[in-house]
Amino acid sequence: MTTEALTRPGTALPSAPGRRRTRPWGQIASQAFLIVASVLWLLPIAFALYVAIRPYSDTRKYGYVSMPHHLTLKNFSDAWSQSDMLHFFWNSVLITVPAVIIVLALASGVAFVLTRVNVKINVALLILFTAGNLLPQQVIITPLYRMYLKITLPHFVSDSGLMYNSIFGLIAINVAFQLGFCVFVLSNYMKSVPEEMYEAALVDGASLWTRFWRLTIPLCRPALAALATLLTTWIYNDFFWAITLMSSGDKRPVTSALANLQGQFVSNQNLIAAAAMIAAVPTLVVYILLQKQFIAGLSLGSSKG
Amino acid sequence: MSSTSQVDTAEAAQDGATPAPAPRRRRGVRKLSIRDRIVVAVLLGIPLLLDLAFVWFPAIGTVLLSFTKWNGVGSLHSQTCKPNVPSILNNGCWYGVQNYHQAATIYPEFWPAVRHNLIWLAVFVLIATPLGMLFAVLIDRGIRGSRMYQSILFLPVMLSLALVGIIWEFMYSQNFGLINTVIGRNSDSNAIDWLGNPHLNLWAVLVEATWRQSGYVMVLYLAGLKAVDPTLREAATVDGANAWQTFWRVIFPVMRPINIVIMVVTVIESLRAFDLVYITNKGINGLELLSVLVTSNIVGETQRVGFGSALGVVLLIISLVPISVFLYQTFRREESS
Repeated sequence: MTTEALTRPGTALPSAPGRRRTRPWGQIASQAFLIVASVLWLLPIAFALYVAIRPYSDTRKYGYVSMPHHLTLKNFSDAWSQSDMLHFFWNSVLITVPAVIIVLALASGVAFVLTRVNVKINVALLILFTAGNLLPQQVIITPLYRMYLKITLPHFVSDSGLMYNSIFGLIAINVAFQLGFCVFVLSNYMKSVPEEMYEAALVDGASLWTRFWRLTIPLCRPALAALATLLTTWIYNDFFWAITLMSSGDKRPVTSALANLQGQFVSNQNLIAAAAMIAAVPTLVVYILLQKQFIAGLSLGSSKG
Repeated sequence: MSSTSQVDTAEAAQDGATPAPAPRRRRGVRKLSIRDRIVVAVLLGIPLLLDLAFVWFPAIGTVLLSFTKWNGVGSLHSQTCKPNVPSILNNGCWYGVQNYHQAATIYPEFWPAVRHNLIWLAVFVLIATPLGMLFAVLIDRGIRGSRMYQSILFLPVMLSLALVGIIWEFMYSQNFGLINTVIGRNSDSNAIDWLGNPHLNLWAVLVEATWRQSGYVMVLYLAGLKAVDPTLREAATVDGANAWQTFWRVIFPVMRPINIVIMVVTVIESLRAFDLVYITNKGINGLELLSVLVTSNIVGETQRVGFGSALGVVLLIISLVPISVFLYQTFRREESS
């Protein structure tokens, strides 16, 4: 076996220059393949964008696949104003921001206890959290839906008076469901913090809370940042919880509200394209700004297994 | 490096992934002060309660409900369902394995849904995963523009599946879609109804799913490839292996942990598949999946809670296979330590 071969996974080694010598035709073939793939991968998005920037009258007259006669941003402004998108974006913010913060806060506490305090059953607990995140959502939806119809909430939290159809309910399930993944990643990360640091803190008389809050959390900042990025896109992109646990369209986050808009604008595809593009903007911005964190997060979750 | 520490690293490396954790001397709960114990209880207790209440309690609930006949109105009770009684009088009763029996025998959508889920899995295993792996291997060779290719190929993963479904409708639409227009099949007489034809639409949607999934697989493999020690490749080259041999004989076996992760992700993603078919045509007419059947039985107008739960349990049992594989691979080391 190649034993000493494995270095630390998850740490991105800079690709060593010249470590592989490819023959020229191999280079050309690879380039050609990746160019074709990239074009194919961009095509659906590019075409939707093209539909979005063309006026309805143009596409009706010349067809959707035609040379541009006029280009316009009016579809975007129309989609924005006619479909109340600001309102749906606000719903998304109200769900995503608290959910991400709560998941990270709770998960780092669990991960800390499970890695740094001997709770005897800590491996069992870690398995419990991790497995929970791997279940398909449909496995738990039936009782969850009944629960949400049963649990009453005060009216200042939910105007339906129920967990069902409330922003609060959506935050709760997103938090519970994503906890597992974050606990898993963070506990792997915390294990790599050298024991000596905790011994030094103990000598200084640091309490458990201090070791958690002052020592562990700052050290985990990279992992927390990566997870925050991932969670933001996952929760923002959620479709299933929003359509099953919310009855009224106007409380739904933007991704699932789009399904309704599709019906509303059915005769004007240009508007649908524009609305879809608008809805994609937040995750694309996150991706462009935080590409490194995002990919680091996925890698953390996978290769430290 | 001294020989003793080498044993340590070698042992950890054999298992594949994490750096060898230094032998830890963890302090048991008993040695903690009262204040520390309260902190432990709060840090662990609240998330545990949340996880149990919103994930595990419903999961067990699904299993229990699957043995009942219930329309969601009224209460559940422990009496056995009486045969040949109108279902309104039987509501909430104990139904045994009847739901499962009905699903397998008389529910017309069940076997097509199972078949579609299997096709979904097969496409992910045979097309999306190798494609993602190929992307990763080519990009990892550091060819010119690799960062740009990586960004483009990963772009679809950032979009929600619901959005992917909407975006692809512009490709697939009968009359104005890009595909039909380009191949000249967009008139009313000869148009191909990619998303409406029950023989075609599953494949059309699987193209969308693959478009997204292979970018995901690519990133996971890129992470795995970066973790491979470059000296391994050098050794292989010195030994005269070509790129193909180096990959399959040396690199691929070393990536065992990442391969297992990708296998688990693949199976679970194909079981979870829902958004795309739901946004395309509500998951009917050729696009039935187990996930859709569960949903339509519990949130539809006629609620068949027990029956929907039985379908959920089928999904649960299938998903326990990859979940167990993953947990075994990940945690067997810790159990032994």
